[in-house]
Amino acid sequence: MKRTEFDTQKKYYTLSLLVQDIPGVLSQVARLFSRKGYNIESIVSGESNHPGQTRITIVIKGDELMVNQIAAQCRKLIPVQVVKILEEDTSVQRETALIKVMAVDRTTRDEVIQIANIFRANIIDVSRETLTVAAFGDHSKIKALIKLLGDFGILEMAKTGTLAIERGRSSIYDESKLREEYNYGKNVL
Amino acid sequence: MKVRATQAILECLLEQDVDTVFGYPGGTILNLYDELYHYQDKIKHILTAHEQGASHAADGYARSTGKVGVCFATSGPGATNLTTGIATAYMDSSPVVFITCNVSEELLGRDSFQEVDITGIAMPITKATYLVRDPQTIPDVMRQAFAVAATGRPGPVLIDFLKNVTALNVMIDYEFIPWTENRNTDSIRELAVSHGLKAPEPDLNDIETLVELIAQAEKPLLICGGGVVRGRAHEQFREFAEKMDAPVAITVMGGGGFPGAHPLTTGMIGMHGTQASNVACNTCDLLIAVGCRFSDRVALKPTTFAQQAKIVHIDIDRSEIDKNVRTDHHIIGSAKRVLAELNQRLPQYDRTEWKEKILSLLEDQQIDEQEKLTPSQVLDTIEQAVPDGSIVATDVGQHQMWSIQHFHFQYPGQLLTSGGFGTMGFGLGAAIGAKVGNPDKVVIHTTGDGCFRMNCHELATVQYYNLPIITVVFNNGTLGMVRQWQHLIYQEHYSQTTLDRAPDFVKLAEAYGLKGKRVTNRQEMKEAMEEALTCGCGYVIDCIIDMDEMVRPMVPGGAHITDFLLK
Repeated sequence: MKRTEFDTQKKYYTLSLLVQDIPGVLSQVARLFSRKGYNIESIVSGESNHPGQTRITIVIKGDELMVNQIAAQCRKLIPVQVVKILEEDTSVQRETALIKVMAVDRTTRDEVIQIANIFRANIIDVSRETLTVAAFGDHSKIKALIKLLGDFGILEMAKTGTLAIERGRSSIYDESKLREEYNYGKNVL
Repeated sequence: MKVRATQAILECLLEQDVDTVFGYPGGTILNLYDELYHYQDKIKHILTAHEQGASHAADGYARSTGKVGVCFATSGPGATNLTTGIATAYMDSSPVVFITCNVSEELLGRDSFQEVDITGIAMPITKATYLVRDPQTIPDVMRQAFAVAATGRPGPVLIDFLKNVTALNVMIDYEFIPWTENRNTDSIRELAVSHGLKAPEPDLNDIETLVELIAQAEKPLLICGGGVVRGRAHEQFREFAEKMDAPVAITVMGGGGFPGAHPLTTGMIGMHGTQASNVACNTCDLLIAVGCRFSDRVALKPTTFAQQAKIVHIDIDRSEIDKNVRTDHHIIGSAKRVLAELNQRLPQYDRTEWKEKILSLLEDQQIDEQEKLTPSQVLDTIEQAVPDGSIVATDVGQHQMWSIQHFHFQYPGQLLTSGGFGTMGFGLGAAIGAKVGNPDKVVIHTTGDGCFRMNCHELATVQYYNLPIITVVFNNGTLGMVRQWQHLIYQEHYSQTTLDRAPDFVKLAEAYGLKGKRVTNRQEMKEAMEEALTCGCGYVIDCIIDMDEMVRPMVPGGAHITDFLLK
């Protein structure tokens, strides 16, 4: 038997949470991160496929031990039902961005549209002076698009954090020994 | 049945067998106190001098009786005054339900008089907080709150009722269900299902693995942590230790989890741990920690803590595993259940050689016979005077360490101390709670002059409810523990630690209608103890000791566990 080995390299980890849809639950989760001294890189909250249940996706940077610890702490919160650490190679991750670009003359407009096409992004609003591009893709794709459009002058931008879901048959509802163990720690009826 | 909302709140307390609450009224909680007026014969309310005292009293009541403590306070400053008490209970996993009332719905969020977001403030220091805006949810919330506070790893819960929810004309549907049954009501079941909660049955494979590890080990060491005390697993732990025939180190929070006078005890471990405990920790080949979270006062330097040993962690809380110290094996479950399963599978071991090697490091307690009063003389006199099994509540600092090192605690709840949060001023409140919950036991409150000054106004509570608590002040005219650090680490820069100031604690006791005596030698101490035990009222013994007395041994924070700064 060997002491549990953890990856000590700092990298991005994605946590997927199922929580009860009650007031204050998002702040409860977010506050846990800040009080433990961890920075949230991105957080997305929205419905799940079950009514009364919200799914929160959080990206943090840290080492494996730290991520396991924060996941364990999250699981202790009463409204938090499941926490799963998603592996990069067994999950798919996407972001959405709405980018309003200055495009006053025709050539600029053409170029922006071309770039949008290359990135399979859509133009969702046009005015005399601006184009609004809606893009969907993984983190690096969105980052690259923003960089390219930056040359034309971005008037404003709204972007989501990372959404993630596991590949294949695995889901957040899977039972595991780890999950059972965590339930003991939270509360036992 | 239709009842008033406030009635439902108090009936829900009765469901949980609550007969005592601690608290302090105010504007927004008036409705609940009005209802309490009708329940005087069923629920005893202890009115303290300050909400903080009430919070510590409810905590001390919970720790000493094993029941859930209950504490009331009003909104705003009343609620914020509870926070130190809530955090103290949270750090030491003590089950307390705090009930506050907030302003009415129409005033909420308008910075109204005495309004504060107490559920927000208390979020990081409670297991759960509830803001009740709908009176119909009162029974569910109350039952949930008690279930959450008392089960799993216990801890405080806060319920904040809006004032309009408690209005006397609000009627709700309510049916009395005793707590043994209400854990089966739909809402609690629903909670259990939605959170995937299961009864804590330890994994038998994990237990088998540990049995094998134990069979391979030659030099095992056990650590008795606070989980043994909270889980009332002292009998199982004792059987375990005796079967293992291994030395047992006890953490501050573990005091009472294993008999302090047992031949296997090596005493406290960590910063002020004994030579025996700390050396054992550094030389054992298997370390089994039960209900202990390897805090920085035990595992001073986590990276080198018992690095030569296999570390096994038994805890009810999964998030404690690998949090501070990396472990080789863990078992999740209540100490009681895990140890009971384990004991069934363990043979009787004989480890005379290892055991004797470690236990020979234990030094006999030296009671110095100096002329002037010393801490060990004070403690020895107390120990000889009080009946066996008396409860000891401490504050925080040198006297706390001296008390815990000196007394041999025998059962869970005998030692009440703020081990995790280190709350100065905890002791008197906790002693009040303990005396109320255990009227037949002698309750000793040991404190320092710094700590006592923080919450000594609770002497008014001691006097009013006629609680014969014996307060022993280790009066060295300084913040002793801080001074000790300044002496050892800060080149004797005694910055703001000298307390050469009022009050005269004997006169203070008298001002509160109690008795007191100043003692300067062992004989006077002995006489004072005799008087204190027979006078039938609260008694303050002001023990004048030297300000340069130190807590020994000492390992500085962050150092390796055997790098003693003081022997």
